[in-house]
Amino acid sequence: MEWLNAVIQGVLLGGLYALFAAGLSLIFGVMRLVNIAHGDLIVLAAYLGLTTSVALGLHPLLALVLVAPALAAIGFLLQIGILNRTLGNDILPPLLVTFGLSVILQNALLEIYTADPQKMDAGALETASVSLGGISLGVLPLLTFAVAVAIVGALQWVFYNTALGRAFRATSDNQDIAQLMGLNKAHVYGYAMALALAVTAVAGIFLGIRTSFDPAIGGSRLIFGFEAVIIGGLGNLWGTLAGGVILGVAQTVGAKIDPGWQLLAGHIVFLLILAVRPSGLFPKVTG
Amino acid sequence: MSAGPFKVTRSSRAARIAAVAGLIVLLVLAAAPWWAGRADMRLLSEVFLYLALASLWNLMAGYAGLVSVGQQAFVGFGGYLLFALTIFAGLHPVVALLAAGGLAALVAVPVAALLFRLRGAYFAIGTWVMAEVFRLVFAQVGALGGGSGTSLPVGIVKSLAASRSGREALSYWLALGAAAGTIAAVYLFLRSRKGLALTAIRDNELAARSLGIDIWRTKFIVYVVTAALTAIVGALIFLQKLRISPDAAFSVNDWTAFVIFIVVIGGIGTLEGPIIGTLVFFALRETLADLGTTYLLVLGLVAIVVMLKAPKGIWGLIQIRFGLQLFPLGYRVLGNLANKEN
Repeated sequence: MEWLNAVIQGVLLGGLYALFAAGLSLIFGVMRLVNIAHGDLIVLAAYLGLTTSVALGLHPLLALVLVAPALAAIGFLLQIGILNRTLGNDILPPLLVTFGLSVILQNALLEIYTADPQKMDAGALETASVSLGGISLGVLPLLTFAVAVAIVGALQWVFYNTALGRAFRATSDNQDIAQLMGLNKAHVYGYAMALALAVTAVAGIFLGIRTSFDPAIGGSRLIFGFEAVIIGGLGNLWGTLAGGVILGVAQTVGAKIDPGWQLLAGHIVFLLILAVRPSGLFPKVTG
Repeated sequence: MSAGPFKVTRSSRAARIAAVAGLIVLLVLAAAPWWAGRADMRLLSEVFLYLALASLWNLMAGYAGLVSVGQQAFVGFGGYLLFALTIFAGLHPVVALLAAGGLAALVAVPVAALLFRLRGAYFAIGTWVMAEVFRLVFAQVGALGGGSGTSLPVGIVKSLAASRSGREALSYWLALGAAAGTIAAVYLFLRSRKGLALTAIRDNELAARSLGIDIWRTKFIVYVVTAALTAIVGALIFLQKLRISPDAAFSVNDWTAFVIFIVVIGGIGTLEGPIIGTLVFFALRETLADLGTTYLLVLGLVAIVVMLKAPKGIWGLIQIRFGLQLFPLGYRVLGNLANKEN
């Protein structure tokens, strides 16, 4: 029973990791960009959520109404202003520029909010739980997982049923022909980054309600998201959700064996999958 | 195609002057224990070790196209192995740091085989995952202090040299040797057959492949050799610090972020770049260090601006402006006196 419990908690934790990963997966799918600052943007979202919920007396989840558009705007400006200029055949410029961005974000947050761990207060939601056949499930992890499923579903819908999604897929398939068909590549990328960072805002808020956070934790959030993307297979959003779940289960089961093994177990499962299935479990995009 | 009046050469006047000047600087620096104070020598040692790390990272990223953000894996590995081999196996520290390099190469073989399955930017984050695995594994080793780390026992420190000034001089020379040795190794490697293959890969991977260069193998060798040398430098870093902990040994900021900034600002893909970058980095640090986090903000900003505006860094600007090359790596065609345009 205890093991079953660990697995179920892991599945729910996987929802959070899928939220970390969905933005990464989206921008890789559209523009083959890997954003090293992704984890720090999640932390930025958590801090923005903290500030708005404290300043306006809002529930953290309601703060999303402000934080998600704010991050989308940041994403659009970042892409149009800086990142578009780094895209090309050379992988070095986007990598190093987002790496520099990561260091800037981290230290700016450190300057503003200090290194003290912070946490968002979500009231009764944090401790509420439901009992299901002897296993007690937290309402917050359940909600996180449900939101992750909903967001992946929504992104999938945007990709395959809207004009914006068609633009994303067209630019992803062939930039030049998409341009000839009248799409503005720079703007399409801007919208993709805006959408990715709006999802990141959701990830940041759920992270900040679930655990305490400080400016230095961005790196490991990036790694969790990255592992979920690779396990699931590049460019496949449902795969990313599955990758998050596998990572989450590996961590909670690892922690059950020995508390010091939680993170290590997740990494080892990732490396094993990399060794056996280098392109992930459900690959969709090559390159 | 008359061969007569033309000559293909690697050498140039600037390179010969630079070689002589470099030798003089090296001799002056080697004599530092007789003219520099204790604090100066510590700072210089740090400069040398960062120069070595930067040259190695530049070899990987600038030439082999292997952008790693996880070199702290091997810095920390080297540091921990120095402690483990001296404390448990009773090796002399200097022997231990060479052994740490050898073991790092052994570990790097399976690591490379696994990580090379990831391409480009995903390779970069994959190296970071690997560094995390190293950190978590060493944090589990209770005999080395677990998560809180351990200090190098006094007996082992004293085995380096009897007197304090002797120890300081020796560890200074080791750091200087590491920097000079690394630069010399990278230079000689690039001039070798393998190095030529590597330069071809840097310039155009597809063209290099069609000329029959085994790209995977060449990159693999670079990765493994870099891992070994990085581990030796890591061992030297923690021989200076005399204390090690997982967070210090596998710090992504200290051993990767700073190193990347040094290379990017100095000029990636050139041997001169890391040298210039290290000098700029330490000049900035010594003047702006009081500003704390602002200093890192400035550094990140400078790196982004350099990457966007001058992707070849400071040395790249100098090279375009004056056509200089201090390390004779490229070939140039020289005409005779009657044919001066070049």
